[in-house]
Amino acid sequence: MSEMSAMNRKLKQTVAETISKQVEHFNKTEIECLIREFTVLLGEPAAPGRAVTGLDRAKFRSILHNVFGMTDDMIMDGVFRTFDNDNDGFVGIKEWIEGLSVFLRGTLDEKIKYCFHVYDLNGDNYISREEMFHMLKNSLIRQPTEEDPDEGIKDLVEITLKKMDHDHDGRLSFGDFEKAVREENLLLEAFGTCLPDTTSIEIFEQRVFQEQLEP
Amino acid sequence: MGASLTKAAQWTSSGTGKLEFTPMNESLLKEILCFVEQFSSQHPQEAEHVFEAPLQWSTTLVASDFKTDYDISDLDVQSHEKDSEGLPLLKLSPPTVYVRSFSQLAKLVHLADDKKLEEVRACLEENRDPVVKILGPCFAIMLDGEGPHTDVLHLVGKDQVKDSEVKVKLFHLLQNMDKQLLSKLLEKISEQVRLDPTAVKNDMELLKRFCSEGEKRVLKSVRYTSDYEFANGCRAPLWRQVHGEICHLVIETCDTEDLYITCSTTGVFVNGGIKQERAESGYERTSDMYKDLVTLLKSQSPYFAENINKQDFAVEELPSTQRIQHVESVDKKEQGQPQRSYEQQEKNVHDKARQQQTLYKTGREKFYVPCPRWKNLGLTFPSCEAEEKKSSKSSAGAMPKKKLGLGAKSKIKAEFSVSSIPGRLSSQKIKTPAGAMPVELSSESSLESEEEEEQSERRVESDTDLPPEYWQIQKLVKYLKAGDQTATVLTLCAMMDFDLMQETCQLAIRDVGGLEVLINLLDTDEVKCKIGSLKILRKISHNVQIRQTIVDIGGLQNIVRILDSPVAELKALAAETIANVAKFRRARRTVRHYGGIKKLVKLLDFSWNLDTLTPNQKKDVEVARCGVLALWSCSKSAKNKKAIHKAGGIPLLGRLLKSRDENMLIPVVGTLQECSSKESYRIAIQTEGMINDLVKNLNSDNDELQMHCASAIFKCAEDKQTRDLVRKYNGLQPLVSLLGKVNNKQLLAAATGAIWKCSISTENVAKFQKHKALETLVGLLTNQPEEVLVNVVGALGEFAQIPASQAVINKCGGIKTLVKLLVGTNEALLVNVTKAVGACATDKNNMSIIDQLDGVRLVWSLLKNPNPDVQSSAAWALCPCIENAKDAGEMVRSLVGGLRLIIDLLKSTNNEVLASICAAIAKIAKDKENLAVLTDYGVVQLLAKLTNTTDDRLRRHLAEAISQCCMWGSNRASFGEAGAVAPLVRYLKSKDSAVHQSTAMALYQLSKDPQNCITMHSKGVVKPLIQMMGSDDEMLQEAAAGCVRNIRLLAQANRNARLFY
Repeated sequence: MSEMSAMNRKLKQTVAETISKQVEHFNKTEIECLIREFTVLLGEPAAPGRAVTGLDRAKFRSILHNVFGMTDDMIMDGVFRTFDNDNDGFVGIKEWIEGLSVFLRGTLDEKIKYCFHVYDLNGDNYISREEMFHMLKNSLIRQPTEEDPDEGIKDLVEITLKKMDHDHDGRLSFGDFEKAVREENLLLEAFGTCLPDTTSIEIFEQRVFQEQLEP
Repeated sequence: MGASLTKAAQWTSSGTGKLEFTPMNESLLKEILCFVEQFSSQHPQEAEHVFEAPLQWSTTLVASDFKTDYDISDLDVQSHEKDSEGLPLLKLSPPTVYVRSFSQLAKLVHLADDKKLEEVRACLEENRDPVVKILGPCFAIMLDGEGPHTDVLHLVGKDQVKDSEVKVKLFHLLQNMDKQLLSKLLEKISEQVRLDPTAVKNDMELLKRFCSEGEKRVLKSVRYTSDYEFANGCRAPLWRQVHGEICHLVIETCDTEDLYITCSTTGVFVNGGIKQERAESGYERTSDMYKDLVTLLKSQSPYFAENINKQDFAVEELPSTQRIQHVESVDKKEQGQPQRSYEQQEKNVHDKARQQQTLYKTGREKFYVPCPRWKNLGLTFPSCEAEEKKSSKSSAGAMPKKKLGLGAKSKIKAEFSVSSIPGRLSSQKIKTPAGAMPVELSSESSLESEEEEEQSERRVESDTDLPPEYWQIQKLVKYLKAGDQTATVLTLCAMMDFDLMQETCQLAIRDVGGLEVLINLLDTDEVKCKIGSLKILRKISHNVQIRQTIVDIGGLQNIVRILDSPVAELKALAAETIANVAKFRRARRTVRHYGGIKKLVKLLDFSWNLDTLTPNQKKDVEVARCGVLALWSCSKSAKNKKAIHKAGGIPLLGRLLKSRDENMLIPVVGTLQECSSKESYRIAIQTEGMINDLVKNLNSDNDELQMHCASAIFKCAEDKQTRDLVRKYNGLQPLVSLLGKVNNKQLLAAATGAIWKCSISTENVAKFQKHKALETLVGLLTNQPEEVLVNVVGALGEFAQIPASQAVINKCGGIKTLVKLLVGTNEALLVNVTKAVGACATDKNNMSIIDQLDGVRLVWSLLKNPNPDVQSSAAWALCPCIENAKDAGEMVRSLVGGLRLIIDLLKSTNNEVLASICAAIAKIAKDKENLAVLTDYGVVQLLAKLTNTTDDRLRRHLAEAISQCCMWGSNRASFGEAGAVAPLVRYLKSKDSAVHQSTAMALYQLSKDPQNCITMHSKGVVKPLIQMMGSDDEMLQEAAAGCVRNIRLLAQANRNARLFY
């Protein structure tokens, strides 16, 4: 077992070494911590001997929900999709660290890319009217008296388009989105919270980086 | 009772002889009632006195109300008590009741129980002259007459009634009662006196009579600036009426320039000269507030003051009595505001604003309402009610709106509403495509020290005229209320796309209830929502009304709380919003009460390095900058200044002063200069070494920064060490070069102020001279606004303390302009001008020019100015004038009434005035003829009266005056008789050597009278005098020795007399 864990540790270190060259916002020790956290989250492999590729959608969503307090299913799916770079249905160790790099410490540019990707539900590189409607569907309390309960949402979508759709093609391209967010940073998470707030970041980082350094 | 009832009670004008239901009448009735009730117990004998004729009135009492002491038959009632002829003292034959004694009256009142007041009211209404009925006509005349001590007994002699003594007592009781009533009412009235259109109109009529040709002419012409008279009697444009202004006048006097006068409800004052309706500056107050036109004219035009008294006094009396009748009683919260929706929203609004509104409201009634408080009792005017109904209907649905200007859609109003957006808000007012926004705003902040008063507003609104923005904003606010954080942030961002500096949008947000929502968002945990909300609040809070509403709904507390947030952006935004909101006193107080000052000061405390800033530090710097902006706004309140000091803000400000960023420096220096009106700050600024930085920033390219630096130096340079530091850091030269910026008046005012204060140190004057400051300053004497002139002239006054500068001022033609300025009205300016003229007059050449220009007469006439500072400054200036004039005696005599004026000022209560006048008297009295005149006017007694003072400055000049005044006739003896000698001896104990000198001189003069010698000797004068003989001051030595010699000679003579006779 000890031989095993020793090998594991060595493996971990080499992985950390390679990843730290590719990922910007973490140093090597931090990456080691994140790898450890990843293995903990992964748990025991279902079938021994078979290499586990990564976190599946359900596991990942439960992390988002429990650790970072996200609630919106659609957004969480989007976040999973964004983390899962190679679209294999799992967030692998590299994807995990790369994703967290933006998620926790990303620059504005990185975050704009990330958010746009989350909101681009069908991956066609545009956020369409329908996608917006979909994401904002539950954002207004419906007044039972209103004839068309969706009217407010539709209106909100139009208002948003008016504000963000600079080329007036009725959908948001990445350029539109980027420009709008640069003008007003508040629009970064325009269609739903897809980034953690500062407190949960702090808690997470403290737990993962500091506690694990001690032993 | 007679006088108070006929003169003070407010009878209805309709002629029905009813007493109005006003609080004043009510208290009057209560007083009378109380008097009647207590009468029979306190004065049983007088109470039995039978009235000359019965008091009769129609009562609400019926037979069944009467009890045992009465004969009741059917409806009629008669009292058991009868008079000597057997007639009942009380008789009731419904509905009339006859009462013939106070005891019966008291009983009746007692029976009436809760209808007491009505009974008394009815009684007084129907017996307009109760005294005549009670005592008979002869007494009544006397009661109304002036002299209370007329020979009553003489009258009684004529009266054959046997109980005359009782009658006399009764008469006195009534008279006392009358007096008490009147004095009580007077107290009430004096609280309420305010001008109203009718009073102004009466004054105008009066003044117009003075304009008649011929000998009696006192004024040249009087006219209104506007011929149009509004229904409420006002002539001022509506947007000025909101400020309480009634009308504007132009009065041509015989001796001064035309006076542009504003009559407002609080009084009358001279304005900046209203030439065009739209010019804002013209409406500013440039003189003191006076209670009426005549008083104003008296102080502004000496000719008018002199001649008005010669006019028929009856004429002058007229306006004042009329005014009392038209008392406009504007009271605090008692004003009935029947509009409920309005009440709810405005319940916190400052009383003042409310007063203004009411004023406007009542002003709009077609007829004059003497006492609007009457409305409280439940009676509203039909026209008013109708309007209010309409307003509440149209405001239903949306948020409650303020509608005061309803129904005023008349042409005149519309016309003025366009021109009514004053000052800096004009840029924000943009006409919407749907036509001009019919919002009429009354907001202006031209009050002293940029203090912004809370304003009421008048708006005309109807749903059809609302601009499209209104509806869009309403929709957005709806989403704000219903949305989750994502929708909220989107909506907030959409809202930011509106032009939030535009008033239409600002008010729309408020009117649809958006402010409440925005403020509530600040209470959530969502950082983004808070940021969005603050981004909007920060912009709309540029609007005066929004600011007030934010404070009213308690939003400022929330904003202050955010200052504790860990998010830098939030802190910065919150501080910036506070900077905008805290423009008025109540807001500043709120910030302080919620610990905002401490939190703001904390924002300034961060570690930083000038040269390299990390992104995080940049954020900190921005937070600090916003914090300083907020402190700057807050620092306009004295208590906040203290709080900033206490929170340790000064060293932090001092640290930020090292910054090189103008955006940071301007608020920092702005705060410092605002605070340096307090001495503790001035000291701190000096000890923290900030003077150096201030001087450095004088060299900045930014006018605003330069201005704040200069005005900080202006305020701090009161202190000598600071003045020296400014010189040490080479600050004088940049100050002089600022004088070149003639187009920026604020900067010029600050720079000249700094030069003025710095030039108090003579070393600085020499430095200034090197840079030719004096020549430039003299050039600034013409065509400058008063705030610049005051400082320029102040500086000249300081410069002229040095003989070399006096010649320079003359060479540059400064004397002529200075003398011209002597006819101004600005008191601060007059103080400085007189000082400068006085300083120049120490030079003989200059003096002859001043004399030629008639400057002495002008200075002398300033003694008539009501301001003691001006009086004393003028008197000081007179001293060198008299000393250096060629034929001073003749010059003084040529000024008609001049000496009288001087003598009158000896009755002043201001020590500085007294000292200056004494100094002037010492100079005047050098001329024997003038001294003779002064003596005739009783100068000796007046000076003697002042001798008990303990003020060393006054003592010195008083002693000087006394010693000069001894030189005439028997004045020495008179001083002795008036008891001036003993106090003078005490002066020798003073610590001021100047006092010693002048006192010794005075004592020497006085000692030439033997009686005085005896007094002095008995007061122990010899010992201190002998000590003073040892002084280094030769004058003092000589005077002391002379005095001792005189005493000694007397003693010698005495002994000789005893020895030889």
